[in-house]
Amino acid sequence: MSSVVQKKWVFWLVLSAFLGWDWVNSPLPDLRQEPPLLAAGSGQTSTGAHCALAR
Amino acid sequence: MQRWMMSGLMAALFGFLLLLVSVRQAVLLLVGVGMGAALAGTRFGFTTGWRQLIERRDPRGVSGQLLLLALASLAALPLLAQFAELKAALGPPSVSLLLGAFVFGMSMQIADGCGSGTLYKAGMGVALNMAILPLFALGSFLGSVHIDHWLALGYMAPVSLSAELGGTGALLVTLALLGGLALLVRVWVGPGKTWWSRRWVGGAVALAVLATFNLLLAGQPWGVVYGFGLWAAKVAVAANVFDPMGNAFWQQAGNARMLSQTVFLDVTSITNIGILGGALWVSSKAMRVGVESPMASRSAKTLTGTQWAVGLLAGFVMGYSSRLAFGCNIGAMLSGISTGSLHGWLWVPAAFGGSLIGVRLRRHFQF
Repeated sequence: MSSVVQKKWVFWLVLSAFLGWDWVNSPLPDLRQEPPLLAAGSGQTSTGAHCALAR
Repeated sequence: MQRWMMSGLMAALFGFLLLLVSVRQAVLLLVGVGMGAALAGTRFGFTTGWRQLIERRDPRGVSGQLLLLALASLAALPLLAQFAELKAALGPPSVSLLLGAFVFGMSMQIADGCGSGTLYKAGMGVALNMAILPLFALGSFLGSVHIDHWLALGYMAPVSLSAELGGTGALLVTLALLGGLALLVRVWVGPGKTWWSRRWVGGAVALAVLATFNLLLAGQPWGVVYGFGLWAAKVAVAANVFDPMGNAFWQQAGNARMLSQTVFLDVTSITNIGILGGALWVSSKAMRVGVESPMASRSAKTLTGTQWAVGLLAGFVMGYSSRLAFGCNIGAMLSGISTGSLHGWLWVPAAFGGSLIGVRLRRHFQF
């Protein structure tokens, strides 16, 4: 296995470990409060964060 | 890894999101995968397009980007006028924005990838970009921590072209300004150049469609940088080295909520993960277990120790400056301009000015 492929495996393992750690240490999402599939026309303003926001 | 195995893993993640997080986040993962496949499949690099324009007077990359901006605007501005639930990417015109965009434009040339470029190249297995990603996240987090100090240098409230001119007026002004940019490019490159290539046009159309899906589904435009900063912030909080309640940015209700829940509920994080997966899927076409992709192999063999150090530093600076600039080529330029934010139009000349220096620095370090 080449060094690049090894680095690739390390990258994906670290990313997977982070996501797994985050999932285990976060409260389970409340499925009753899940956002609408389509924000457009739902009547609910998006509450997501975006990089353009100053705060 | 074989493509079928990768498709299976992505299907498993899709199912996991569908059952345990939300239907919207599961569908947004697919949008992100599409974005990653489009970016990697067409090598749609914002950084490369600018560099080709500066160094070779080749307009094909930038004309593809202008087409993407025009198509995304044609979709987003009428949608924003129609649906009150949708939000534009409105950033504040500020000293922070100008400085941040300039430094971002410079560092993205050295690191050879903006926010989306770093993501898709990391997904394809380019070693430098894989190593840059955590540093980009750290820089993005620290930029968000310091953003209040940078804003203190001077800022004004975000300006929405739609609010000022109405939906139609904003669209006409946006298209006219894009036409003006095309004219400037024409003056710079001179006559007799090839303006279009199938690769860039295909990427522009695909990304415009996917960015529109992102807006319709999530209610906000496509972004990249916020997700990176959030990931690093979560690690910093868990390690007890950062108190979000003592910080102007992270104590805000929306950001504090993001910190308290899984990143799978964050729109930007989900599309970022999708982009990585989509790019990996595309790169797997020419690769099996134990065999590296041509792009990854080429990049790994050509970097010296100095180039590694400079590239990693550039990645960190890029993350930091992207927060100061209220987005990268995606969050500020594509999403800002296509949703009628003045900050997107200020971002472009500042970042391009930085790129003019960045391509020279890149040459100096012989990347």
